[in-house]
Amino acid sequence: MSKPKKIRTILCAEDIRRTLYRLTHQILEKNPVSCAIALIGIQTRGVYIARRVKSIIKEIENIDIPVGVLDITFYRDDLTVIGPKPVVRETKIDFDLNDKVVILTDDVLFTGRTVRAALDEIMDFGRPKRIEYLVLIDRGHRELPIRADFVGKNIPTSQEEHVEVKLKEADGEDKVVLIES
Amino acid sequence: MNPEVFPCRDKYFEQTMWQRKDLLGLEELSPEEIRQVLSIAESFKEVSTRGIKKVPALRGKTVVNLFYEPSTRTRVSFEVASKRLSADVINIAIEASSVKKGETLIDTGRNIEALKADIIVVRHGSSGAAEMLARHVGVSVVNAGDGWHEHPTQALLDIFTLKEKLGKIKDLKVSIIGDIAHSRVARSNIWGLTKLGAKVTVCAPKMLIPPGIEEMGASVTHNLDEALKDADAVNVLRMQFERDENTAFPGRLQYFKTFGITQARLDKANKDIIVMHPGPINRGVEMSSEVADGVNSVILEQVTNGIAVRMAVLFLVSAVREEKNETIN
Repeated sequence: MSKPKKIRTILCAEDIRRTLYRLTHQILEKNPVSCAIALIGIQTRGVYIARRVKSIIKEIENIDIPVGVLDITFYRDDLTVIGPKPVVRETKIDFDLNDKVVILTDDVLFTGRTVRAALDEIMDFGRPKRIEYLVLIDRGHRELPIRADFVGKNIPTSQEEHVEVKLKEADGEDKVVLIES
Repeated sequence: MNPEVFPCRDKYFEQTMWQRKDLLGLEELSPEEIRQVLSIAESFKEVSTRGIKKVPALRGKTVVNLFYEPSTRTRVSFEVASKRLSADVINIAIEASSVKKGETLIDTGRNIEALKADIIVVRHGSSGAAEMLARHVGVSVVNAGDGWHEHPTQALLDIFTLKEKLGKIKDLKVSIIGDIAHSRVARSNIWGLTKLGAKVTVCAPKMLIPPGIEEMGASVTHNLDEALKDADAVNVLRMQFERDENTAFPGRLQYFKTFGITQARLDKANKDIIVMHPGPINRGVEMSSEVADGVNSVILEQVTNGIAVRMAVLFLVSAVREEKNETIN
């Protein structure tokens, strides 16, 4: 009989709120308001994180930062592996990327392959001055030489474990859990 | 993306799974499969608005356009679609090929397969040609028109355009006017539209209505004003004079008088009626220039949407073929 899976809460709603405030302050510390910042969220939870960071920046600095939405499906390196059920969501970057500091946001950094695809896709939209990368959770196990600039929490995991980020916008609650196999 | 036009897009993917190596016609597709193509096409439409109009989804894949009949729009559209997916495209002009020396369709297909192509886009004068080719080759086959049978990507782009313009397909009243008997576009449109819940009326002189069309779910009229009345959209077919002008067709002028779409006739219809035509247009035969270039016409938008729809089809079939190959190996 298989053992029941252990589920451990890593961040609660309040932790996520504080973490996003801290990360936003870090972004603003590194990139003074005078430089043009844009946020791009990777579908789907990276988009919600980008929108939250946008509203925190609005609250702190009273400026509006454009938010783009990126679906990396057409840029994946495993299209042939995921087979006939590719989930394709919207990509929408309706502002000029050239010379902007782009903050790319996602929920979990794992192998780094998603970021690789996202970087390629962003380059096809323009030439940002710089791209910085924000993640809520870094769970390790990189397969590419990629690191995040702003990390909410580092969580050492095993390959078999699963990190699930739940956000109100998609899941009805804010929570990060580690599911042990 | 307009969420009202494409609600709950992800739901389609959760419910359905594209498993077809080939796209041969709309008759065999389920409503969910049709919606899946339309939904992915919406994402691909955005790609053509980018500065760099290209994504690497089909990088390293080869698409062969095998056209046994003349075509500008469809062949170029498939070529542009393939290139925007980063695939390599080879166009085989039948006039300059070994077909002239008597090579059969199956042999040509097998040779293309031996060249390690991934997708064959085929247009052929015989109904069922694409299906036959698909049975004999392992590569994906996309039907770009076979005889009087089907032209699935044309119908998909017509439906995509309608959905984009009117927000839905269900319960729409769509009239197809013209040479229904010889039209693969009409057949594919009837299959696709009725599967998605639209009401289809076909309108033509008696001799151009094939027997059994009602069994496909379409109603028939021979009166153009009746077909236009209350219609949300009208899809006007080209008179195919090259097929058998002497026997089946009324004269061009007589046809225009009875079945040609003019502004005066449109004025009596729903003022927002959508006018579509798969091209090429015989101006002054199926419709007047005033209508073809008028405010109700979406003819050029159909051409633009054709690229997105064909990108979606190529993308879906190529992914399945890859999977099947892996199982075999």
